[in-house]
Amino acid sequence: MVRYWGGKLVSVIISLFVLATATFFLMKAIPGDPFTSEKAVPPEVKAKLMAFYGLDKPIWEQYLIYLKKLIHLDLGTSMKSQYQTVSSIITDSFGYSLRLGIFAIIVSVIVGVGLGVVAAMYHRKAIDGIAMVIAVLGVSIPNFVLASMTQYLFGYKLQWFQVAGLNGPFDYVLPVLALAALPIAYIARLTRSTMLEVLNAEYIKTAKAKGLKRSVTIVRHALRNGILPVVTYVGPMTANILTGSVVVERIFGIPGLGKYFVDSVSNRDYTLIMGITLFYAVILMLARLLTDLLYGLVDPRIGLRSRKGASS
Amino acid sequence: MDTILRVNDLHVSFRARGGEVQAVRGVNFEVKKGEAVAIVGESGSGKSVTAQSIMRLLPSPPSFVKQGSIEFMGRNLVDATEAEMEAIRGKEIGMIFQDPMTSLNPTMTIGHQITEGLIKHQGMNRSEARERALELLRLVGIPNPEARFGQYPHNFSGGMRQRAMIAIALSCNPALLIADEPTTALDVTIQAQIMQLMKDLQQKFGTSIILITHDLGVVADMCDKVIVMYGGQVVETGTKWDIFAKPQHPYTRGLLRSMPRLDLPKGEPLVPIDGTPPDLLAPPVGCAFCARCEHAMEVCLNHDPELVPVGENGQTAKCWLHHPLAKEVQA
Amino acid sequence: MKDSRTLTLTKEMFKRLSFRPPGETIAGDSVPMWRDVLRRLVTNKLAMSGVVFLVLLGVMAIIGPMISPHDYFTNNLDRTNEPPSADYWFGTDNLGRDLFSRLWMGARISLVVGLAAAAIDLIFGVIYGGIMGYAGGRTDEMMNKVSEILYSIPYLLVVILLLVVMEPSMWTIILALSVTGWINMSWIVRGQIKQLKNQEYVLAARSMGASGARMLFKHLIPNTLGPIIVTLTLTVPSAIFSEAFLSFLGLGVQSPAASWGTMINDSLAGWTLFPWQMMFPAALLCLTMLAFNVFGDGLRDAFDPKLKK
Repeated sequence: MVRYWGGKLVSVIISLFVLATATFFLMKAIPGDPFTSEKAVPPEVKAKLMAFYGLDKPIWEQYLIYLKKLIHLDLGTSMKSQYQTVSSIITDSFGYSLRLGIFAIIVSVIVGVGLGVVAAMYHRKAIDGIAMVIAVLGVSIPNFVLASMTQYLFGYKLQWFQVAGLNGPFDYVLPVLALAALPIAYIARLTRSTMLEVLNAEYIKTAKAKGLKRSVTIVRHALRNGILPVVTYVGPMTANILTGSVVVERIFGIPGLGKYFVDSVSNRDYTLIMGITLFYAVILMLARLLTDLLYGLVDPRIGLRSRKGASS
Repeated sequence: MDTILRVNDLHVSFRARGGEVQAVRGVNFEVKKGEAVAIVGESGSGKSVTAQSIMRLLPSPPSFVKQGSIEFMGRNLVDATEAEMEAIRGKEIGMIFQDPMTSLNPTMTIGHQITEGLIKHQGMNRSEARERALELLRLVGIPNPEARFGQYPHNFSGGMRQRAMIAIALSCNPALLIADEPTTALDVTIQAQIMQLMKDLQQKFGTSIILITHDLGVVADMCDKVIVMYGGQVVETGTKWDIFAKPQHPYTRGLLRSMPRLDLPKGEPLVPIDGTPPDLLAPPVGCAFCARCEHAMEVCLNHDPELVPVGENGQTAKCWLHHPLAKEVQA
Repeated sequence: MKDSRTLTLTKEMFKRLSFRPPGETIAGDSVPMWRDVLRRLVTNKLAMSGVVFLVLLGVMAIIGPMISPHDYFTNNLDRTNEPPSADYWFGTDNLGRDLFSRLWMGARISLVVGLAAAAIDLIFGVIYGGIMGYAGGRTDEMMNKVSEILYSIPYLLVVILLLVVMEPSMWTIILALSVTGWINMSWIVRGQIKQLKNQEYVLAARSMGASGARMLFKHLIPNTLGPIIVTLTLTVPSAIFSEAFLSFLGLGVQSPAASWGTMINDSLAGWTLFPWQMMFPAALLCLTMLAFNVFGDGLRDAFDPKLKK
């Protein structure tokens, strides 16, 4: 057990290190410095700025300083607004993204699993067909198109929702829908195909042979096995929603981390880009670890393997 | 002895892409109280379909009972509602499946899987059901039941899983136990143990048993009566002694000859049955075994024989060879 | 069956048959696998309508910009934001450029990005995965570890970082998508080869003295082709999506070149007034992805009918 999780942790740290290093050198590889684009910065001001960001030192020294700061969770100061540290920008904006993301995950899992289970139960009936049409549309309509379209239709034309902002609970509906559409589609397909397999499994026959009701059989015996693959999707889903938040926040004018990320990229705010990139990476790695943890909880067979690994 | 199960002219078909697969075509048999009946046949003979029809476990569609009845303790199960069936399954009829690796839920503890039926049918609460489950585990020969109760199927060996399956099937003292190839997926040494266990439990509780198998060797030890199926039909019935000593259908004879036996002279070669079973999408007009039969006659091609009594002890066979004319011509 | 009661049986009928009556024959001729796959694919209406759409899209991507009376890049500031008309078939954008031409130029970019990404994934993924699966042992372990670490770095971040460093263009997007895109393919190939390697017919071929390379080509490649093709088909829409997504964010194709993503982004400012500027590229983008997805699903079902549910 300890060894299993220890190994996981080590590989997470290696990945983060690789990403941090790659980010650093990529940023350094950009010709010129961050202040070339700015109109006519006086040389003495520029030298001061360079010194402020430590850009006057040799690259390897900059790299070591960067790593050292990283270990102390210091992501530096934004290059475009010298009064804000990267950490403060992240803490200020991440709340919006987190709330959106969590709602989107909850909606995706509930709706996706629900659709998949119903489709499997009514295999080859009309409901199944409708669920699969929803699923294929979900993977085919890009999130930014869905966000723009729903904003136009429900926000502007029908005026059911606010066009932008995140002030009341209703303001979450459209952004969450745009973020959840793709995960819903994936989860629905995944759940449906595993449920179909599970419903034909011998142990479902055994459950039926015990005289259990169909509903009890499905909830108690089929569902848990049927949603096992969904658990493995938690990692990719987080990545998906995180990616989606970048555009969805922009379209709905939500001051979340995604919006800052896009801004940092178009402003070439290198410290902010590096900071947010690493922060995103940490979130995604945590999501992956969470997936493994959840899988161990839901599938007793996995627990055995890791326990065996620990004793060997 | 009272008859607890009577299957009358049962026809079960499956709707398939190319038409209707007639998996069971007119099966008749009965099971008396405390009796052990074996249904023997190769894959596709309709034996498993027959067994699962009794429990109504076949998915419908595509399967449907086309004709006939299944009378269990006076009720026709073919017409029973789903709610009535739920009250019968697990309570009055228990079932054991072929592969203990797949027939137990991998994400549920063995204990939970045993107590489920008890809570549903016997109205027990959790602790009563637990007590009874522990008793059952002990009864089927699982050592250290207290520890085993909370374990998952993957902690059990194949033989142990099948013992647990038997415990589930017998948990509510059913009048009838259907064992669908219970030992096929197990090692030979374990097979004998499981058969012994079933035999012991049958004697202890007087449960009637239908044993489905393709292995005549398994039958010998435990069953009173043998039903041989071929191509969805019963081709021969009789006591186990009659079937082994004087089989009356060429197919039964073929089965016996293709199986190693200790009671035959040394050096007797094993003879396989050539050919493959009939296509049940378009069953033959005449005798289903005709194409593989070494005694095939003109009549067999276009006319299906009836199951007729042959010999004493109620042995029956479905073969034209028992027609008086056949004996006359061939003599 | 019941007729035997009324049947008159004659002695003749009880003569032994002098021939073996016809038994079960193996139904149907053995159809070559490819023809079988193709037959199942062609009968799948949804998949075929996807194909038809994609063919039409391909044709329009080639001739579309040519048949329009206007080119895609010339600004016409007198005629900005016009609705569809006989002159400008799909209307104009905020700089007075012809949307019809721009739309099909966008189709070119989408298709090129999708196909190029798929091609690079194929070459890289199959080679890398093939080596992993075939070599096994330590080589496999090391190579797999490398791909796992690469994979664990979120692809969007890699892509965005690369685009920050390099000049944004279609080729940059293709390059960026290829950095991590091949990993999934390599795993599929590796998994398939590992599975096949232990299958009995391969063991049988080996026991009969088939050499390593010969075995790989004769047995493994044809059998891995199905999953590879299916994965490729589903790679295309995801690459198309990524290009549109990045262009939408302003990180991709730059004006005056036209990508569906850029067009949607450009239309955002004015869509309340000029909705057609968004509708056309958005609809085409969705339909293209839909067509690739249903075609990919159809292919998967055709290759493995067992999976069809």
